[in-house]
Amino acid sequence: MKKLINKVDNIVDEMLNGMVDAYPQYVKRLEGFEVLVRAKGASEKVALVSGGGSGHEPSHGGYVGRGMLDGAVAGEVFTSPTPDQVFEAIKAVNGGKGVLLVIKNYTGDVMNFEMAADMAEDEGIKVEKVIVADDVAVENSTWTTGRRGIAGTVFVHKIAGAAAEAGLNLEEVKRVAEKVIANVRSMGMAVNACTVPAAGKVSFELQDDEIEIGIGIHGEPGTHREKISDVNNIADKLLEKIFAEGIYKSGDEVAVMVNGMGGTPLMELFVANKHVKEVLDGKGIKIAKTLVGNYMTSLDMEGFSITLLKLDDELKKFLNAPADTPAFVQF
Amino acid sequence: MPSGIYECISKISDKIIENKDFLTELDREIGDSDHGINMARGFQAVMEKLSPDESDIGAVLKKVGMTLLSKVGGASGPLYGTAYMEAGKVMAGKTEVNSDDMKLIFESAIAGIQKRGKAVKGEKTMLDALIPASEKYSQKISEGENLISALESACESAREGVEFTKTIIATKGRASYLGERSIGHQDPGATSATLTLEAILNYMKAK
Repeated sequence: MKKLINKVDNIVDEMLNGMVDAYPQYVKRLEGFEVLVRAKGASEKVALVSGGGSGHEPSHGGYVGRGMLDGAVAGEVFTSPTPDQVFEAIKAVNGGKGVLLVIKNYTGDVMNFEMAADMAEDEGIKVEKVIVADDVAVENSTWTTGRRGIAGTVFVHKIAGAAAEAGLNLEEVKRVAEKVIANVRSMGMAVNACTVPAAGKVSFELQDDEIEIGIGIHGEPGTHREKISDVNNIADKLLEKIFAEGIYKSGDEVAVMVNGMGGTPLMELFVANKHVKEVLDGKGIKIAKTLVGNYMTSLDMEGFSITLLKLDDELKKFLNAPADTPAFVQF
Repeated sequence: MPSGIYECISKISDKIIENKDFLTELDREIGDSDHGINMARGFQAVMEKLSPDESDIGAVLKKVGMTLLSKVGGASGPLYGTAYMEAGKVMAGKTEVNSDDMKLIFESAIAGIQKRGKAVKGEKTMLDALIPASEKYSQKISEGENLISALESACESAREGVEFTKTIIATKGRASYLGERSIGHQDPGATSATLTLEAILNYMKAK
């Protein structure tokens, strides 16, 4: 394993401090905790807290700032943060209007955030939660953990964050977040897996001519392997699963995200995006906004995911509202 | 008179830390490559917090649970944390463990895990080791065996439970994303639960 690190146990701590050093105008760290909050502190509006394991940068600390998150909790690499950490974040950002937790649907994340919500409610803080489960690679069934939350989560941060900034109350912000969740779907693939620093080995091994379809963002293997083909063909396969949801139809307006997994050249993401637009054009689906880049990564994994979000007037308004955060700036 | 709970937890800690790479490797195959790393970090913190002269078994178990909860993370943190805290409740104020206490420890820990993780037997989780172990333990005690020999049989059932996890599809946790591809792999959580029971047995035998 070759990594640009010092001591493997200190990665998350050093990363958070490095982010604060880079963006003191946006974020500060809660002393003694793996939590970033807005530099200006709590304000009188509904506050949004998200987080999860580290290794998905710029998620989630990169989205702390005006128009998006109020706090982000960083666990160990690919490991959900603990309830005490989430609880501290909730207390720090609560401005009296309540706190919405944006949770990606993983067993650990849901359990830890729910325990933190219980602790906060015991102290009289109003807490609501939404669970993002946008990954269509996983079959949705009441018998399983259910779909994972992946890149679509960034749209929840953006849109629910704008709703909170606009002064909506906790129930309304939650409603908007849930509308995003109902209309957002993603699917990803990997050309090469990632290496968790503390594990020191790639999370799964692929032959030179193999790709993994339906991967998550934690190095967990996907749904199946196949021979590599050109990116148009790969994008078609991801889109096919997304379209099979029956949400996106001719005449609809969508936001698109072509998300890099951390080790993918932007060049390749733009090539993929070109084809995504061709396919959407062909289907008569209008693109209101496109994001191409590393929004929800998986360490050094090579690969990408495609996310579609169906918009209505309300979602479009909040999507286009200003945001000013380390990783997402929009005027 | 020390209760020996410190030594017992210390044996569990040693066993988990010794198997850190093994557990992580199992998790690499069907999960996210961190089970051993997280559990080892948790027990390191546990041993830093405990002192050898503590003898209230309930208080120690509660402390172990709270520490795992705040240091392990992932799904294992809340699950093991809850298991130890629930076991701590039934052992509050006690300084020794008799065979009925051990039955209560099993049952309360399992109930805690089920409540927190909303899982049942057969989903390729730690419960596939713990539930058969607990059932076997109760059966052996009711047949008149002593604590150590009943626990020996329970460990055997736990190991069989781990083997059973190789044959089933995961429907809980991250391994569930693999669907049928999770078959053939043993569950890391069932494995760490079995290691825990074996460490308790080793402690009891050496006592």
